Amino acid sequence: MTTLGRRSLPLPGRTTASRGSRRLRLDRLALHGAIAVILIVWLLPTVGMLVNSFRPAADVSHTGWWTALSPTAQFTTDNYQHVLTRNGLGQAFVNSLFITIPSTVIPITIAAFAAYAFAWMRFPGRDVLFVVVVGLLVVPLQTTLIPILRLFKDAGLAGSFLGVWLAHTGYGLPFAIFLLRNYMGGLPREVFESAAIDGAGPATAFFRLALPMSIPAIAALVIFQFLFVWNDLLVALVYIGAANAPNLPLTVLVANLANSLGGEWQFLMAAAFISMALPLVVFFALQRYFVRGITGGAVKG
Amino acid sequence: MDPRLGTALVVVFGVPLTLIGYILGVEQVLRRLPGRLQPTLRPWLWLLPALAFLAVFLIYPTLYTLLLSFEDKFSRHFVGLANYQYFFSTGDTIGALRNNIVWLVLLTVLAVGGGLLIAVLVDRVRYESIAKSIIFLPLAISFVGAAVIWQFMFAYRPPGAFQTGTLNGLLGSVGVAPVPWLIDAPLNSVALIVVAAWIWTGFCMVILSAALKGISAELLEAARVDGATEVQVFRRITLPLLMPTIAVVATTMVITSLKAFDIVYVMTNGAFDTEVIANRMYKELFSFGQPGRASAIAIVLLALIVPVMVLNVRRFRDQEAIR
Repeated sequence: MTTLGRRSLPLPGRTTASRGSRRLRLDRLALHGAIAVILIVWLLPTVGMLVNSFRPAADVSHTGWWTALSPTAQFTTDNYQHVLTRNGLGQAFVNSLFITIPSTVIPITIAAFAAYAFAWMRFPGRDVLFVVVVGLLVVPLQTTLIPILRLFKDAGLAGSFLGVWLAHTGYGLPFAIFLLRNYMGGLPREVFESAAIDGAGPATAFFRLALPMSIPAIAALVIFQFLFVWNDLLVALVYIGAANAPNLPLTVLVANLANSLGGEWQFLMAAAFISMALPLVVFFALQRYFVRGITGGAVKG
Repeated sequence: MDPRLGTALVVVFGVPLTLIGYILGVEQVLRRLPGRLQPTLRPWLWLLPALAFLAVFLIYPTLYTLLLSFEDKFSRHFVGLANYQYFFSTGDTIGALRNNIVWLVLLTVLAVGGGLLIAVLVDRVRYESIAKSIIFLPLAISFVGAAVIWQFMFAYRPPGAFQTGTLNGLLGSVGVAPVPWLIDAPLNSVALIVVAAWIWTGFCMVILSAALKGISAELLEAARVDGATEVQVFRRITLPLLMPTIAVVATTMVITSLKAFDIVYVMTNGAFDTEVIANRMYKELFSFGQPGRASAIAIVLLALIVPVMVLNVRRFRDQEAIR
């Protein structure tokens, strides 16, 4: 009786063991069922679009994507060929890479030095200055757009990649400094103390100790910033311009197509999927670091 | 060969190398200075590039926008509060502000509530990590991509025509008339918020799930041994312990809803009463040529976010005190 009693303890309510275990099984079934429904709801939109992007134009405009589940359905890669060659998706993909890679490398490099200074150097005003960085984390980009756009116009940078690189560097810095400073600040003090005793200067301590030890945080930050810039619409729209055809990144081009293609949905869907391809690869390959970046930033902030 | 490739390569390798050179140069110079000056100057020289960018790209433009918000559309004459008066007395802009409040409430409830529910559910199954990946996936794609995906979920054709949109197709299969999701207000704003919730629920879930793992299993077990039901355990123990984390993700969602732009820009561009302030600001600037009014909208947006900023700073200070 004692063993039975103990087994029934974790169950909701006090029932006999057999009734309890049947109820437990039902509970588990309901749990799996609920999770399955949620997962299907989450996947359905993407799956539907993916299926449709491979269907012939006539089918897309007259039938739902789910009719393609029948064995007689036809599939084609024409939509992808069309958008890559006729709508300039190929060029936009290259543009997105041009915009994203420098916009990821520059702010993280600059932030690493600043983060080290905030974490391991003592100076008057350090805490106040870092609180300013924490405050800047949530400043909306909107309050910076007009003056920066004027600055770029005066300097001849409007519409250029250089302008976007500089802007993304400024916008990405607060989060990068914040995350790296918190990570570097958590490194063991003894390591830096013994390095100083051995005669290592701050530059050596930074390049030989702080930087290599912060690789997990830097990896998280690289993925985060890469996806942020790749997926950005507003900054590109304002500083590059919606009509600046040769320099448009994928997000702006797809947004333009969404307005202009009207009925030709099969092309829009293929274009949208091309814009998602790289983020999806990055996400599946490096998900762990991405999640770490997000939890590190949010829980601490 | 794309001539821009050269520029990009120079930047990608040149900028980090220049920065490294700068730091090494700084250290060389510092070594030649008197001992007492070194620790005083060093932090500022290390911080200089970052502080310069923050000043030029965030602090200066924000102050300048504040100034512009008091000027006319040519940024020449001081007009006092006229731009703010316009914002708070015009039907369109008040409607945008009202929609942002709907966004704020609904998106926060849906994303935080949904994220919490899913985090708690998948915590009990063995395929937790795969389930979480699926929910989290929309966060990796752009809002533009998500908007295209959902435009086609919400697609509508008049009754009688074959429905190609997923939702109206489903409704049709159970004999319900099609719904014009993106046309009828206020349903259309709700539809846009659902897209945002589809994206952001995964974000809330990941953070809440991490906090959930931090709750001691013994504590929960002790409550169950004492006869607490699962619902009681959740309400009396799990939920109170998760509260600080819920507050963190909720504030993030508040900022997200106030800044909502991409989804609205792509799906409706503010038509049929779906306008939000960020999209309105873009229109004032680029369609109506009203930088003064656009600046006033940006400042209103900033003012709405300032309380969150104060909260963040306070929370950060508390955490630093514990360290």
